[in-house]
Amino acid sequence: MSLQKQQILNKEIESFDFQSGGEASSNLKNILRKLGVPSQTVRKTAIITYELEMNVVIHSLGGELTALISEEELEIRVDDSGPGIEDLDKAFTAGYSTASDEIREMGFGAGMGLVNVKRYADQIDVKSSKENGTHVKVIINLTDSTN
Amino acid sequence: MTVKELVDQFDLEVVAGPNLDREVDGAYIGDLLSNVMARAEQGNLWLTVQGHQNVVAVALLVELAAVILVEDFDYEENAVQRACQKGVNLLKTRKKSYALACNFCESKI
Repeated sequence: MSLQKQQILNKEIESFDFQSGGEASSNLKNILRKLGVPSQTVRKTAIITYELEMNVVIHSLGGELTALISEEELEIRVDDSGPGIEDLDKAFTAGYSTASDEIREMGFGAGMGLVNVKRYADQIDVKSSKENGTHVKVIINLTDSTN
Repeated sequence: MTVKELVDQFDLEVVAGPNLDREVDGAYIGDLLSNVMARAEQGNLWLTVQGHQNVVAVALLVELAAVILVEDFDYEENAVQRACQKGVNLLKTRKKSYALACNFCESKI
């Protein structure tokens, strides 16, 4: 690894594909393990990517998860093609969800997804619009002594 | 204790058992996947009423020892297939979560 970020994963996520839901997170976890990333950081990353991946499966028209790594940090990008988050502030409020009853019965839609992402990420940036979909960028520090 | 020993001791049903030699370390009870992702720990048993295929994805990511479906709920067929492919143990019982957890506590799991 060097100062320049290298792409280590780019995986398509399909809308409502519960069969593959979690695969991108699982793939990234295996890659990070092989790269020797500390297990606490791998765990944190898995929580973040699983939430973001399932958001794409449940709420979007489809998207992709990309991971880049340098010596200092891990960058996760999750981009979807819409329909966008209507109220971003509410989306970051614990307990708020727009998921259907059917999705909630499966144990999703508790309104803890983005809350969990924010809790474990060192930096998070979310841009969302009806026209361009939702674009999440998360940074996880790799040089933190607590890792 | 291994998952195999747990199954024998507590009379649990093995629905998918690709990894029964796995060591058990504690348990977590919950049906909201976000909470399980964030709170359950590696090696835990997960007591739940959720039997669909994404349960397997969560169990795999958290590296749980086994999922235990309580109150005689059934796993979906695609969950069982996915568990066998991914090496995730799926167990079930007629008991309620609380009763089973009490049994685990008595045995210091």
